[in-house]
Amino acid sequence: MKKLIIALAATAATLGSFTVGAEAQEKTKVCFIYVGTKTDGGWTQAHDLGRQELQKALGDKIETPYLESVPEGPDAERAIERMARSGCSLVYATSFGFMDATVKVAAKFPKVKFEHATGFKAAENLATYNSRFYEGRYIQGQIAAKMSKKGVAGYIASFPIPEVVMGINAFELGAKSVNPDFKLKVVWANTWFDPGKEADAAKALIDQGVDVLTQHTDTTAPMQVAAERGILAFGQASDMIAAGPKTQLTAIVDTWGAYYIKRTKALLDGTWKSEQIWDGLKDGILTMAPYTNMPDDVKAMAEETEAKIKSGELHPFTGPINKQDGSAWLKAGEKAEDGVLLGMNFYVQGVDDKLPQ
Amino acid sequence: MFEAILLTIVTAATPLVIAAVGELVTERAGVLNLGVEGMMIMGAVCAFAGSYLTGVPVLGVLCGILGGAAFSLLFGFLTLTLVANQVATGLALTLLGLGLSGQIGESFVGIPGVKLQPIVVPVLSDIPFIGRLLFAQDITFYLSIALVVGVHWFLFRSRTGLKMRAIGDNHGSAHALGIHVVRTRYLAVMFGGACAGLAGAQLSLVYTPQWVENMAAGRGWIALALVVFASWRPWRVLAGGYIFGAVGILQLHAQALGIGIPSQFLSMLPYAVTIVVLIIISHNRRTTLINTPACLGKPFVPDR
Repeated sequence: MKKLIIALAATAATLGSFTVGAEAQEKTKVCFIYVGTKTDGGWTQAHDLGRQELQKALGDKIETPYLESVPEGPDAERAIERMARSGCSLVYATSFGFMDATVKVAAKFPKVKFEHATGFKAAENLATYNSRFYEGRYIQGQIAAKMSKKGVAGYIASFPIPEVVMGINAFELGAKSVNPDFKLKVVWANTWFDPGKEADAAKALIDQGVDVLTQHTDTTAPMQVAAERGILAFGQASDMIAAGPKTQLTAIVDTWGAYYIKRTKALLDGTWKSEQIWDGLKDGILTMAPYTNMPDDVKAMAEETEAKIKSGELHPFTGPINKQDGSAWLKAGEKAEDGVLLGMNFYVQGVDDKLPQ
Repeated sequence: MFEAILLTIVTAATPLVIAAVGELVTERAGVLNLGVEGMMIMGAVCAFAGSYLTGVPVLGVLCGILGGAAFSLLFGFLTLTLVANQVATGLALTLLGLGLSGQIGESFVGIPGVKLQPIVVPVLSDIPFIGRLLFAQDITFYLSIALVVGVHWFLFRSRTGLKMRAIGDNHGSAHALGIHVVRTRYLAVMFGGACAGLAGAQLSLVYTPQWVENMAAGRGWIALALVVFASWRPWRVLAGGYIFGAVGILQLHAQALGIGIPSQFLSMLPYAVTIVVLIIISHNRRTTLINTPACLGKPFVPDR
């Protein structure tokens, strides 16, 4: 019932104030803004699991109200502002598209702390946090190149933002490190969350001959189509093995819980500072789901790559790397700078798509 | 591959056609129900629940239809009996449907669904090329075609249909003639709800056999728009639904082929093409005006 109230409060702005958990006012409020539903099986579910861990760990000191299905765009500003106004001390805005709205609200409420996931705009009271998803994508690319019989993988992308482009490039680089001729077909669904459309994109890619599928959208629909058509696929954001027990090779699993606990503790201690945090596999902010449905040698290769990335021995974006048009980007041995990756708006060589600009 | 593409198009178009035909009947009776999205999502969750709990997917379809119809009764009671504003009530119905379905469906999240099995018509399904496309589909496809044909016949060839259109065009006169305005409208609203529920059942049992919150993802709104652009004619709704579905699927294929057209432009195409085609079909202003229910959205209070 609480969820229903929240859903209604999110949309019916005229109904007035936001009153979840008003019974315990001495507790610090750490609030979350979600782009999807907390049970989407992917991105938002991963954030909500993090929130639940946080609630469990610090539940005697804090409460964690949240708003689901907040659309990116002008509505987001209203939702974030409502959270700030309702007495939240710390607000987590968990989608790239909330960036500008969060910046605006943070300027209006200097005493409230904000943290924005996957963005690049910070302020005195606005931190950003992100996960090096591309490390997992690189491992996926290597597995795909080993497992694909046709040498072509399909990639269901959401929006042409740096985060997604970076993932596509890392996947292609991983695949090419195993099979230099590997091709990657990309379809932009232009949505994070639409099971039907994601399934349609998966069907289109499979009809055009891909035999390994990966996705950067939020639901398990592509995994389900892959299972039905008997090809292999990777899960995104959450472990999607239930949707494809014989289909999922591995999944990038976002594990935000430890991060949320660490930062909330800092808030309670008074040591919270605005930072731009970008953690990776070694910090445990993302983990790889068990390597399944593959032969032992492929599994061994994936585990080795994972270990090398964790130890820092391997950086997926290490030269020589050419851009899509064949021009040189990184010289041999040169590593990409974080700033370049976070603003990435070009493909590397081998991606069979024209990047929407 | 061509056949596979066509099958995908049929799957994408069917829920739009079903929901739009239902709404068409509701609007022909003069009631504007903007709650299609909410009724659809209620149908989807009821269908998934029915299928999962009984283990018989066809019973799920029935649950979807009943769920949608029951939910639309709430709208009927508020707008027809209590004469509340139809636009506001319809929007509220959508919001309520989204929240309520999430609540009902909470325990079904992550459970792999069972796909509705196709009903293969012997002999006919062996016709080369179109056989499997038209005669080896699940029940929701057959129902979608039957609904278009049936609603067309009902509206333009039956006496009851004529009476219903009269109510939509001038409820005062219809009432004076002794036609039961409110009772007929209740039935029209429930028919619309049942169709939206069936469309929802198609989503959670055929299109993507699973339950995810908010899984209609705006299809109810597209169905609503289709009714208007199809100028309240069933066959045009069918055409519009299939054009929208076809362009939507073909743009994904165009992307996968890597032909280099910006994906934002391609994503816009289904909407643009459908609107342009339907506007061309219904370019005659006079016949469009005749087709538009004149009392659409207006409250009716019998004076005695």
